[in-house]
Amino acid sequence: MKVVILGCGRVGATLAMKMEEVGHKVTVIDISNDSFRRLDPKFRGVKILGNGVDEETLRRAGIETADAFAAVTNGDNRNIMASQIAKEIFHVQKVVCRIYDPIRQGTYKLLGLEAISPTIIGANMLFDAIIGIQRSS
Amino acid sequence: MYIIVGGGGDVGYYLTRNLLKQGHEVLLLEKDTSRYNTLSEELGQAIYNGDACEARTMEEVGTRRADVVIAVTGHDEDNLVICQMAKRYFNVGRTIARLNNPKHELLFQKLGIDVTVSPTKAILSLIESELPGPHFVLLMTLKRAGLEIVEMNIPPTSPVVGKQLSDINLPRRCHLSLILRGDEPIFPEKDTRLLVNDDVYALVTKEGEEELRNTFGTS
Repeated sequence: MKVVILGCGRVGATLAMKMEEVGHKVTVIDISNDSFRRLDPKFRGVKILGNGVDEETLRRAGIETADAFAAVTNGDNRNIMASQIAKEIFHVQKVVCRIYDPIRQGTYKLLGLEAISPTIIGANMLFDAIIGIQRSS
Repeated sequence: MYIIVGGGGDVGYYLTRNLLKQGHEVLLLEKDTSRYNTLSEELGQAIYNGDACEARTMEEVGTRRADVVIAVTGHDEDNLVICQMAKRYFNVGRTIARLNNPKHELLFQKLGIDVTVSPTKAILSLIESELPGPHFVLLMTLKRAGLEIVEMNIPPTSPVVGKQLSDINLPRRCHLSLILRGDEPIFPEKDTRLLVNDDVYALVTKEGEEELRNTFGTS
C-alpha cells in the first residue's frame, strides 16, 4: 500500500516507521526540514518539504496514486483541510485525520471524515488508570 | 442581522466598522489578546477575545442565532473550519470565507462554503487592468448569476477593429456594457464601431469567455 503522511512530529514519524516496517511505501510531508530528524536513519521512504494544504505539495508527494492519507500535523484545522483535499479532490480511498478538539472531531466525523481525537482517547486512558489505582488500593 | 466576523486583522476590523455603521449587530472575534486590547478601545462591545475556530467560543457568542458568519483570518484552513463549523454544527444560513490562496476556491465551493472572496485574485486583476496595452482581465465574478465581468483592451491585430457591433458575433448570453475610449465612456449601440485601444467591459458566462477572447482577438 502507498501511504502519504502529513506532519512529521512524534506521531507522524512513529506512524511512518511502523508502516514501513510492515512493508508499505511511505511518503512523509512536513513544513520544516528539522522535523525529518525524528525519522529513524533506517527510514527509506520519501520526505517532501512543503505545505500540506497546498495541492501542489500533495501532488509532489504522490497523493494521486496513494491508497491512504493520514493528517497528523499539530494544527487541527490544517489536518481537517488537508484531509478534505485528499478526499474530495484526489479521491484517496482511506483518509484519517487527527483532531485534538473533541467538538470539531465530532462534527467532522458526522461529515464523513475518519477523525481521531487523542484528547478523548488520552483522557479516557488516564481516567481508567486512575480509577484502576483507586480500586487496587 | 447578527453577523459574526472571525479574525481581527485589517480586513476584519474595517469590515466590522462598516457593518456596524450599516446598523447590524456585529461581533468580531480576535484570539490574540494584545490585538484585542487595541481594537476593543474603539469597538467596545462589538469585539470578543476568543478563537473563532473553537466551537466552545462560538457557542458562547451565540453563533446559533447568527444570520451570517464571515471568516477573514490570514489562514485558509482556519477560514474553512470556521465556516464549516458554523454551517454544519451551528446551522448558520450563510457563510462567507476569505481566500488567501486563490487555488483553494474550488475546494471551498465543493465543501459547501456559500461565498468565497479572493483578495489576492482581485488585486491581481485590478493591477493587470491598469497595465497599458492589450489585455483580457476578469474583474469580477457574479456567482449567483453565473456571469463574469471582464475588461478587454482591443489590440491593433483584433479582427473587430473598425467593425460595427451589429456585425460582431457575440457568444450566447454575453452583453457588451461599456466602451471606454480614452476617458470617454460610450454606452454601446448597434452602430457603435470599435477602435484600437478601446477598453470594452462585458458580461459573459464562464463558458462563453473563450469564444469572446477569440472574437475580439485578445489574450
